[in-house]
Order: sequence, then structure tokens, then C-alpha cells
Amino acid sequence: MTGIAFLLLLAASVAGFMMNRAAARQIRAGGAPLHSLASYHGGYSVLLVLLPGLLFLLLFLMFQGPVILGLVMAALPSGVLDGLDSGAVQLVEAEIRSLARGQVFGTPEDWKIAAGAHMLALQGTARWAMLAVLALLIGAGLYVARGRVSAEFRARQGVEQILLGLMVGCSLIAIVTTVGIFFSLVFESARFFSMVPITEFLFGTNWEPQIPLRADQVAGAGAFGWLPVMLGTVVITVIALFFAIPIGLFSAIYLNEFASRRFRAFAKPVLEILSGIPTVVYGFFAVLTVAPALRATASDWGIVMSPNTALAAGGVMAIMLIPFISSFADDALAAVPRSLRDGSLALGATRAETVMKVLIPAAIPGIAGGILLAVSRAVGETMIVVMAAGLIASMTINPLDSVTTVTVQIVTLLIGDTSFDNPKTLAAFALGLMLFIVTLCINVLALRIVRKYREIYD
Amino acid sequence: MSEVSGDWATPHAKANLSRRRRSELLLKGAGFGAISVAFLMLFILLSSLISTGWQAFTQTHVAVDFVVSADLVKPEKIEGGNYRVIVKEAMAAAVPGAAGPGAEGLKPKELTGILSDAAQFRLRDLVVADPGLIGQTVTMVVPVSDPYDQLNKGLIDRATPEANRRLSDAQIAAFDVLVAEGRVTKPFNWAILGNADSRFPELAGLRGALVGSFYALLTCFVLAFPIGIGAAIYLEEFAPKNRTSDFIEININNLAAVPSVVFGLLALAVFLGWFGMPRSAPFVGGLTLALMTLPTIIIATRGALKAVPPSIREAALGVGASKQQVVIHHVLPLAMPGVMTGAIIGLARALGEAAPLLLIGMNAFITEAASTPFDAATSLPTQILIWADSTERGFVSRTSAAVLVLLGFLLIMNAIAIFLRSKYERRW
Repeated sequence: MTGIAFLLLLAASVAGFMMNRAAARQIRAGGAPLHSLASYHGGYSVLLVLLPGLLFLLLFLMFQGPVILGLVMAALPSGVLDGLDSGAVQLVEAEIRSLARGQVFGTPEDWKIAAGAHMLALQGTARWAMLAVLALLIGAGLYVARGRVSAEFRARQGVEQILLGLMVGCSLIAIVTTVGIFFSLVFESARFFSMVPITEFLFGTNWEPQIPLRADQVAGAGAFGWLPVMLGTVVITVIALFFAIPIGLFSAIYLNEFASRRFRAFAKPVLEILSGIPTVVYGFFAVLTVAPALRATASDWGIVMSPNTALAAGGVMAIMLIPFISSFADDALAAVPRSLRDGSLALGATRAETVMKVLIPAAIPGIAGGILLAVSRAVGETMIVVMAAGLIASMTINPLDSVTTVTVQIVTLLIGDTSFDNPKTLAAFALGLMLFIVTLCINVLALRIVRKYREIYD
Repeated sequence: MSEVSGDWATPHAKANLSRRRRSELLLKGAGFGAISVAFLMLFILLSSLISTGWQAFTQTHVAVDFVVSADLVKPEKIEGGNYRVIVKEAMAAAVPGAAGPGAEGLKPKELTGILSDAAQFRLRDLVVADPGLIGQTVTMVVPVSDPYDQLNKGLIDRATPEANRRLSDAQIAAFDVLVAEGRVTKPFNWAILGNADSRFPELAGLRGALVGSFYALLTCFVLAFPIGIGAAIYLEEFAPKNRTSDFIEININNLAAVPSVVFGLLALAVFLGWFGMPRSAPFVGGLTLALMTLPTIIIATRGALKAVPPSIREAALGVGASKQQVVIHHVLPLAMPGVMTGAIIGLARALGEAAPLLLIGMNAFITEAASTPFDAATSLPTQILIWADSTERGFVSRTSAAVLVLLGFLLIMNAIAIFLRSKYERRW
């Protein structure tokens, strides 16, 4: 049915285009000077038909399900849902939905069957209503557009106005996304903080989110202090940067100052391969190769290492960050004006002295900006740590131990059971909010540093 | 003050010079060392994936003669035939020495365990398709189960003590009988591309993941490409230089650096929570990926538009084109190679992205490829995660193979982008 609706819309807009163009051509053939080209008259009709139709279809498809469900649930005989918590209500909703699809499991109560039939009837009505409203919109669009075709009508201006509006709308989507992220996180976090005090979350040193979801379930008591989780993120980030910064920086220096042109032309794309590898691949590499190798080495030296040591996750993350840092440092070094470099060399400094005493101090804001962006990437990186880091939060800074991170906890809390009314799932949104705020601050700072630095020499 | 007298031959000056040369050498060495480490890591990564993954592209098969007797398969009820017993008898006949609990101490059940669980179902499908086979002997090539596949590929060391091995001496002996008779072959493993996911490594394939990734990327492209171009054109060509457009620009740059898992949270709360969209659906995944790739496409498109020289715009304006006609008829077509390159690179990044898809449930165990973008499905990166978490030994090499397939697709996409850039991009 939806397919038919879209086809109808498409056919109507093509028909409108043909109709209006033909009409405009006729006016021109009659000798009157057209203000706009005939095809703009056609285009005007297309926009007038297509846009309201598409908007309506999208809104309809988005809200049809929830509205129908709401109507069905509201029409249930009174009393049947009394005393059920939200999880049980969701089960009833799912059962009614599958009854409406014609899948019967066991012997449902009569009121459920009636509700299923009700839902089916409503869905049928909704489909026809959708087609009817769509036809109405199409008709109105065609009529209005056709009525406007005249020699003086400024169809081009009309089309351009609408297109400009569309483009403004496109660029607003970026803002809508940011606002959407912010409000969905704040909204769900607010619900979390109504169950768990915000001070406990921010300053608690115990993280045990595996709380019972039902009264009869055996599970931990539950504690939501994010400090150990944050500490774990810091540990892994520090390990990653500890390896990535020197390697990235020195390779940028080598490529920029010492390497031959041919080596550079070969090495830069190879480094870019590293940055193009998906993080899930790095995660698998950590599990498959790095962690076993580290453990074997450690046991050779007589050190006890946890199977998912922070060293493996952090080390592999460092590989991911090398090209990132190296390309930022490369750009920053290359942006230092030629005169500084030449002046230093002319005074008799060696290349190394030029790099260390002139170029790097001049490029330090750009390098710092790149490193900050790398920090934000490491903090927000998910797949490597999901696969290679641990799940248990502990207050440790020992890189040989297993630590957990904010992103790991978000993923583990939300996989599987996701009803939005218990602190376990909502805690993920609180963590997400912290992650968003932290990375946003780092990014804003980094982008500002980079931009400011550019202005000095430009 | 002899150092500054201009005498470069004093021992002090010589020592100073050699110290400086040493530090030069040191820095050069450190730089070369750093870049070698990066290359070495890339080499180790690729070689460990290839060395474990290549074997998943072949699968051990064995040719077995199944006697489809009319006693076990009734012509009037072919689907309900007792194919399990047919398989059991066929295996007992194929390895005569080991049959019965006697000689080699191998139970019939262990003997059928050589074959994949799929054997009886394949046989059933074959007989259902052609009922004329009832009463005849059917020779069919079926995949062996995972331990024997590992044995045939040399991944199970025969020298290890029996207790530490996944297969007993008798099981290995029975398999060797099949090898000696020339029944065992190792053809290309079409299942890994053609089958959907399965609990059994020898049957598991990437089809569901490929289809899911395809739908998700299609949705992502259909949404992000036009919206991204629209936004970029507005910001680059029409937007007045004021606070609002500055704000939008900062916003887009920040959005490009937001962690991907946060987009997953957005999708979970808004698309699934508020709009009630289906879980695990590639369409929702594509929607999320579209929001993620949008900043990349906008930034790339703006760069491409900026690279078109102003003389083109002035010439078009000069012959009477409107501002929008200038952009749509002249600037955008010239910028298109750059735009496409940016879009493909953005899509390649979206293809490798797993974190947001995890949160909307695209890591479910699904044994059928999705037929529409609204059905539950996995994607390539989430499938890699599922297999990496599996305990079966056979999934290790299959995960590596899945990674190689993913990297292959990324390679193709990037190659197309590079090709477009070098072939069509104009330098002005």
C-alpha cells in the first residue's frame, strides 16, 4: 500500500510537469511572451505536488503505528491492565500486534483477540485514509499549480524560492541532529537521575549496574557511581596516546623533513590505509593476535596479566590513532612558513635543530589540536574496547589489569533488554550524556586552537 | 673565548659538531623507526587476518552414497521421511570398519557426526524436488562438520595426546578411511557468501550481513547524499555570512567529531523509543548512519564547490543566469567528481561502522537474509562481532574471512573514489 502511494505520488508529479509545461508552451505558441521557461512551470507543479505529498507520507508512516496502538490500548475493556507494570503492558502490546498479524500463540483471552481485530480494522482504515488524503493533496497541488500558469507568472522565482527553502531545511538538519542528541540524552538522563541521585552517579566509586529487573531475580544490589568507569576510560586513553603520540609525531617529522619524495608518496597512502580500517577490525585484531601475544610475553617474564588487559585495547587503539596524529602533525609542520625554516637553516642549524627548536614550537598549536581530537576519538571509541576491554569496573590504574570504559558500559547495558523504565538502561544514557559533553568540550577546544593558529600565519 | 674565534678545528668545536650530527642522526632514526613501527603493525594486522582467514574460503566436503529406501521415505509423505536413519546407514556403509560399537569403538552417532547437520535436510530437499529418487542411491557431496574440517585443514594436530584433542583416534581413523577412498574434497566455500548466519560454522555465511549492509547503505545514501549536497550548496553559495551560518558551520564540524555510539543512543531513544520503528531493521540503521555521514558529505561537497573557480560563476552570471542556475547548471556539475569522492569515502566509513548499529539491535542472531529494509538483519561489522564472540573454533577463521570480505568492499569503494578523483577531477 505504501509502495502504491509512492508510485501514485511519482506519477502525479510527472503528469503535473507534463501538463503545466504543455500549458505554458501553448501560451507561448499563442504569441504571448512567457516570463519563465516552460519547464519551470512544469517544475513548479512538481514541487507543489511532491513536497506536501512526501511530507504527509513521512509523517503518516512515522506516527501511524504509535497512534493506532494508542487507540487500541485506550479502547481495551477497563480493568484488564490494572496492576500490570510497564514491562507487562509491553508484552500485552506485542501480543495484540502479533494477533493483528494473524499469528496466534496458545489461547489468548477474548479481549486480546477483540483488540487484535480492532487493530486490524484500524490499520485497514488508516491505509485507505492515507490514500484518500494523499489523493486530495495531489489534486489540490495539481489544481493550484495549473491555475497559476500564465504568461506573467514568475515560475522560475517560485521554483527557486522553494528550492532555497529546501536547502535551508537541509542545512538545518545538522542542527536538528545536535539538538536531538542533546535532548534525548538529557531527557533520558533526567529520568535516570530521578531514580538515582545525581551526586551518587558523579561521585560514587562503585559501578554495579546488574540490578534485578524483576522482583524475583537474583542479581547484585546495584550501584551507579561512574568514577571507576571514567577511570578505566582514562587509563585506556592514556595508554593509547602514550604509544600513538611519539610514533605519530616522529613519523610526521620524518615524512616532512627527512624522507625522499618517493618514500613520502608511498608512505602517506599506506598510513591512510591504517586510518581507513574499521574499528571492529582493530577490535578483532586485539582479541585474535595482540592480547594472546601480550599474555604469552608477560608469562615468559613471570608477570600475571588479565586476559583482557587494558594494554591490549589501548595498544591497538594506538595503532588506530597513529595516522590521525601523524596527518595532523604533518599538516601543522607543512603550514609553518618557509621563511622560518630557511632562516634557521641559514644560521647553520642542522635539520634536527630546525625541527626541534623552530618548526615544532611554531607548529605546536596545530599539533596540540590534533592530539586533542585524538583524545576525543579515543574516549569515544567503542568497538575496540567492546571486544578487547573488560566489563567489570574497578578503581585501578594498573595497565595490566582489566578495566572497563564508558562506551563498553553503554553498549553492554543496552544490548538485549531495552525497556526504558529501569535505571539499568537509563544509566547508559547518563553515561552517554557525560561522553557527549566531554567529547564536545574537547572538540570545541581543539577546533578553536586549530582555527586560531591558522589565523597567525594566513 | 676560543670557541667564537672562528677556529673550527679545536677539539671542543669538533666534539660539538659530532654531537650535533649525532642528534641529527638520532632524530632521523627515531622518525624512520616510528614509521617502520606503523608499517609493521599494518603488516602484522593484515598477515594475521589473512593467515587465519584464508582457510575459511574453502570447506571440506565428502561424497556419500545415500540409499533412499522406500521403507524410510513414503512417497505420499516425502517431507516426513526418516532421513536421519538414511544418513546414519550411509555413513555406516561408507566407513565399514568403524560401524557398530565393535571394532574401532565408534558409535553410529559419532560416525554421522562427521557430516554437517545439514546433510539430512539437503537430502530431504533433493528427494522432495525429485520424488523419482526414492528407492535409488543418491551420491551427494555434503560439507563435513567443523572439527573434521579443521582436521582436514591441518588445524588439529594429530600428535597431541588424545585427551587434549577435539577428535578421538577412532574418529580420525574413520575420517582417514573416507580420505583414502578419495571421497573427501575441499572446494571453494560458497556457503560463506551464499548462506545466512548459522550456529554451525560449516554452514554459517555472510549473506544476511551483506544484504543488511546493502540496505543500510542504500538508505544512508538516498538520505545523506541529497541532503548533504543541499546543505553544502546553501552554506557555500547562498548563506549570508552572519552568526546563524557560523553557528551551523561550527555545529557541522562538531557533529563530525561526535562519537558514533552517541548516534546509536540517539537512534535508540528517538527512532525506536519515540517513533516505534522496528528493532534490528537496516532501514533504521541506514537512517542513523545517514546522520553520521551527513557532516562528512557536507564538508567534502563544500570543498569541491570551493574549488570551482569564480570565473565560471561570473561567466554564467554574465550571460544572464540566475544565481541558482549558475550553481545547478554550472558549478555543481563541475564539482560532482569531488562530491562523489567525498560521498563514497563517507559511505565506506559508514559500512565499517558497528557501534550505532549494535544499539539498535543489528547484532541479533538471524538465520535468514532480510527481504525488505524493514526486516531484522545484521550488517557486516556487527556480524564480525557476533562471530568473534562465538566459542566454536571454526568461527575464528570465518571471522577473519568476514573481515577480509569487509576490507575487500572498502578497498573497492576507495578504489572507485580514487579513480573518480584522478579521472574526472579538474585542476584549474
